[in-house]
Amino acid sequence: MQITSAEFKRKASAALRDTQLQHALGRMQSHFVDKRAAAMRELPDVEALRDAATAIRARALRDLDQYLSQFERAATAAGAEVHWAETAEDANRIITEIARAQSVRKIVKSKSMVTEECALNEHLEREGFEVVETDLGEYILQLAHEPPSHIVAPVMHKNKAEIATLFEEKHRRPRLDDIAALVGEAREILRPHFLTADMGISGANFLIAETGSVMLFTNEGNGRLATTLPRVHVAIAGIEKVVPTLDDAAVLARLLPRSATGQSITNYVSVLTGTRRDGDLDGPQHMHIVLLDNGRSRLLGTSMEPMLRCIRCGACMNHCPVYQNIGGHAYGWVYPGPMGAVLTPLYAGIEKSVDLPNASTFCGACVAVCPVKIPLTDLMRELRSRQLAQGLRSSAERWGLRAWSWAAQRPNVYAWIARAAARLLRRLSGRRWLPGLSNWTGGRDVPTPEGRTFRELYRDRHPK
Amino acid sequence: MTCLVDLMRPRIGFAALRLLETAGCRVVVPDAQTCCGQPGYNAGEFDSARALALKLADEFADCEYVVVPSGSCAGMIRVHYPTLFAHDAIHRERVAQLAARTYELTDFLVRFANVTALPGRFEGTLTYHDACSGLRELGIQRQPRALLAKLPGAKLVEMPDATTCCGFGGTFSNKYGEISSAMAGRKCAAIGQTGADAVVAGDLGCLLNIEGRLRRLGDDNTKVLHVAEVLAGEPE
Repeated sequence: MQITSAEFKRKASAALRDTQLQHALGRMQSHFVDKRAAAMRELPDVEALRDAATAIRARALRDLDQYLSQFERAATAAGAEVHWAETAEDANRIITEIARAQSVRKIVKSKSMVTEECALNEHLEREGFEVVETDLGEYILQLAHEPPSHIVAPVMHKNKAEIATLFEEKHRRPRLDDIAALVGEAREILRPHFLTADMGISGANFLIAETGSVMLFTNEGNGRLATTLPRVHVAIAGIEKVVPTLDDAAVLARLLPRSATGQSITNYVSVLTGTRRDGDLDGPQHMHIVLLDNGRSRLLGTSMEPMLRCIRCGACMNHCPVYQNIGGHAYGWVYPGPMGAVLTPLYAGIEKSVDLPNASTFCGACVAVCPVKIPLTDLMRELRSRQLAQGLRSSAERWGLRAWSWAAQRPNVYAWIARAAARLLRRLSGRRWLPGLSNWTGGRDVPTPEGRTFRELYRDRHPK
Repeated sequence: MTCLVDLMRPRIGFAALRLLETAGCRVVVPDAQTCCGQPGYNAGEFDSARALALKLADEFADCEYVVVPSGSCAGMIRVHYPTLFAHDAIHRERVAQLAARTYELTDFLVRFANVTALPGRFEGTLTYHDACSGLRELGIQRQPRALLAKLPGAKLVEMPDATTCCGFGGTFSNKYGEISSAMAGRKCAAIGQTGADAVVAGDLGCLLNIEGRLRRLGDDNTKVLHVAEVLAGEPE
């Protein structure tokens, strides 16, 4: 996917003025935050479960090479073929070759963020294949030619009326305004695609090392149709998605839907192991699993390794007050919100996404809800440090920091600057614009200092 | 003393002193102290933050406790200093000792000072904003409320989403002014819903942000107060 994170400020500003988007974002509290909180209350000991989940993910990463080999052996034994893709281009090429070898014409897709990372749809279409997204949200976005704005609810930036207009125009059918009717129309159009597709492509929520299975959590049923009806199933997943055992996956399963959508469990949980066996009523004749690196292995053994624990629940963005105000598109790549502020610089380029790790108040709401306890704010701070070291921050900011650091280590200078600033700000009180503070004064008054600094007053009262 | 209190609202500093003295503490404010290093640390400038941490550790070496009228500065010392020196065998121990005896003001008062009668008086309704660092790094939530409950005339009315960030975030508030103002706007709406006479918090940064937005939105009535000011009242 093309990265547009350099336009973060402009897009965020536009998002704040987009009343329709603001209305959609206003629903986040009840749709995600409140629902998650209620679902978590069902658990006897959330903290113990988060610790267990964190330990499972950390263990998988510590011996990632071994678990991936184990996964490959088990999957191969079950009849699947495992492919290793170092880059997004490799993944696209591998999937194209599979499709060619199987004489595929039509491909149905279940929702997968990794394929957004690879821009797989565009690639396959360029290569002459017909690609149909079957997750309702992704289907809407495919019709609208838009990228997702949320990793779990990709179309959350759109409202019902927009979707009704889009369906009317693209489906060339009479306009429907009822949600159930709109869903029914999409279903009617998508059903024949499942039956006529030669290949189904899915992501994977987890890869189970001991059984070689691909585990999927879905709500619409399209994932199960896409992975069992076509004769070829291709699952693509980041290499970090592996977990040692089914028991481990069961622990994570208690947290993933609760964290993501506030459901105690999703409508469908599929464990897909190998191809159709003799006597099976359904299942693909060919199963391919593409394991994508695309920058992941570079993080192993570094301070960024905890980010690989991520299970893509979206709780961090749901609870992020910045995301809640600007939505996902401003972040400019596949992954928005706090997890995107860490992943985008690491996967798509630190120099192309300088704003992202900086556009956080470090309020810590994301860290508090992360089911696998990723220290997101620490990782963003570390990225800020790397930006400084690489000279990626504005010269004004670099000089400002240098001046602050110099002065703060010299108490007399620091005290004098505070004195001068207190007096200056007091004299300027009531102005609605101040040089250097224009971004503050755009929306807020500048508070007036009392006049003398604490240090001055304290010295008066406590003469040496 | 925090930089913002020094610069903007010295009365908060003196209020903190009064509270600690009422609790029977002997309080000193080292003259050479400057900044805890948080702005540099959060900008990714770790070396400066380390230099300032060691400077602070020296200045407060003789103090039994270090008490800060700010959750974010206290969190910097208590939580982030040890991280900064995690791989520094020479200074690690000294920094850890400093961190272990550093407390946010209300946390300190509730833990160690058996205050029965507070000097402050407040007649009316208050709503309390939970500043992020204090809340999530130090668990400051119950403490200020417990202390405010000791003021006979003060009635606490909780706002919706009291734990949601006000949008200050240090330099964030100026670097991403529009987003910051929008976040402050939501906070002001939550405050407005309570109809409280005053909004109270434990961090001056949040208070300046909230006050700036309230005033810009035309609310000249809601008082914006640091918890120390409310608890300590006006000086005699």
